[in-house]
Amino acid sequence: MSNFVASVGMEVHAELNTQSKMFCRCPVSFGGEPNTRVCPICMGLPGTLPVPNRKAIELVLKTALALNCTIAMHSIFHRKNYFYPDLPKGYQVSQYGDTNPLGYDGYLEIPGPDGETKRVKIRRVHLEEDTGKLMHLPSGGSGVDYNRAGVPLMEIVTEFPPDITTPDEAKDYLTQLRQTLLYLGVCDGKMEEGSLRCEPNISVRIEGTDKYGTKTELKNLNSFRSVQMGVQFEVRRQIAVIEGGGTVAQETRGWNEQKEASYLMRIKEAENDYRYFPDPDLVPMCFDDEYIESLRATLPELPLAKLRRYENDLGLSTYDAGVIAADLNRVEFFEAAMELGGDPKAVCNWLTGDFAKLLNDQGLMPRESKITAAHIVELTKLIADNTISGKTAKDVFAKAFKDGRMPSEIVKESGATQISDDSVIRNLILDVLNANPEAVTKYKSGQMNVKGFLVGQVMRSSGGRANPEMVQKIVSEELEK
Amino acid sequence: MSISLDEVRHVAKLARLELDETEILSLQGELNALLGHFADIQGIDVSGVAPTSHAVSLQNVWSEDAVGPCLPREKALKNSAMSKAGLFVVPQIIED
Repeated sequence: MSNFVASVGMEVHAELNTQSKMFCRCPVSFGGEPNTRVCPICMGLPGTLPVPNRKAIELVLKTALALNCTIAMHSIFHRKNYFYPDLPKGYQVSQYGDTNPLGYDGYLEIPGPDGETKRVKIRRVHLEEDTGKLMHLPSGGSGVDYNRAGVPLMEIVTEFPPDITTPDEAKDYLTQLRQTLLYLGVCDGKMEEGSLRCEPNISVRIEGTDKYGTKTELKNLNSFRSVQMGVQFEVRRQIAVIEGGGTVAQETRGWNEQKEASYLMRIKEAENDYRYFPDPDLVPMCFDDEYIESLRATLPELPLAKLRRYENDLGLSTYDAGVIAADLNRVEFFEAAMELGGDPKAVCNWLTGDFAKLLNDQGLMPRESKITAAHIVELTKLIADNTISGKTAKDVFAKAFKDGRMPSEIVKESGATQISDDSVIRNLILDVLNANPEAVTKYKSGQMNVKGFLVGQVMRSSGGRANPEMVQKIVSEELEK
Repeated sequence: MSISLDEVRHVAKLARLELDETEILSLQGELNALLGHFADIQGIDVSGVAPTSHAVSLQNVWSEDAVGPCLPREKALKNSAMSKAGLFVVPQIIED
């Protein structure tokens, strides 16, 4: 049996975060009654003229810069011609050519499992318009809703030959790309709502050969998991076809989430003859260096840079840094806590532990809760200076989560402060030792493990408030006397 | 440069035009005449001339991202051959 290697190209479509559509001023939002956000322009009625949305162009340029692309200082729109009911004009406005897309020849770096960074080359980042939505009608026929038609859509395509060779890398690329788009605020990244869509193309070839295999394209992947599973399935399917003596056909396949299998949608034919030509209704876009540099200056710190900074400057583990950097809500919280002088590791533990759990249980976003960065920083300081134990802190946090009071206030009121007074703890210990003479005898006869029992008794008698480290230390002192 | 009958048929298919053989033959002639004009243009030396995609010398015409009015749905659907529940209805599409 031969060894196969897979090549995965990624084509990602992202709906841009604009208020209005690409070439008309109909509002952009998900859902809504069908055909209520349409006008003569996005329905392609005769006699209308499109006017590009400046914000959409800017969002694509920002993305292209963040993806290390060359910017096309002169760029035009083309018509991609085909007939399909979801396309009211009979063509989709898009951008054709190698150096015409707003951005080209870039790359995205993804964090690898071994702490390394992998670079995925990007061929193009271009601007186009979304199509309408088709739905099957139970009474026969298909229904068309043009609310989505003309929504600004950005297409990001990886370079060929592909750098991605495994299903995990495909998922990691998409994850990193999505985070980048969210950091830039250009797309809301909701795969389940279709505002971020991924269509991988997959081929396999025998290791050592340099001729790439026939590609299949995969559609209907609406989660990271389905991207990973879909690519995995296709790789295995294609290998099985080849090993069975067959040949892989160039085709578009759909992903069936329930069956966890891909199915044939259509054979790609030469009829995909789109006859691209410059859209005569849309004039060229020309940019100067000053404008592009002013956009570059607005780019935020990007996810991978943030992850590395948390690791290198703040001492977080790669895992922890990744968990924080993966979620802008957490980032916002974490960075606010750092400004208040919080300890990175301690704050991170609360953010990803108890806080995340309580938020999840109630289906809240961090900023919707009563907890602020100040709460978490104060709580970690109360633990660090031994005012309360870690165990008490969990209860205090749960209370603060409920009513929004500051941890110090809750601690003061409940009297739950940690006991760190040497003489108080020593008295508690002496009481326990006097009440358990047989345990003391055992210890003195060499059964050192009874110490744990005695420490437990002291903690219990203090209602969990005694400083555990001090109890350990003083119990040993008293037993050794 | 000339266009074959099969190419005429292919272009007609892409444009969703139903043509009979007489029309295909006559269109082949017309298209070839057009291509002849382009051949003349191609004979001109344009080295050093930047490619142009538009006849007008405008650039960067765009609009700010602000929401404007839409068509009322009754009007949007008014010219459709068939509509139902606010949707345009077309013959059944199998895929997607």
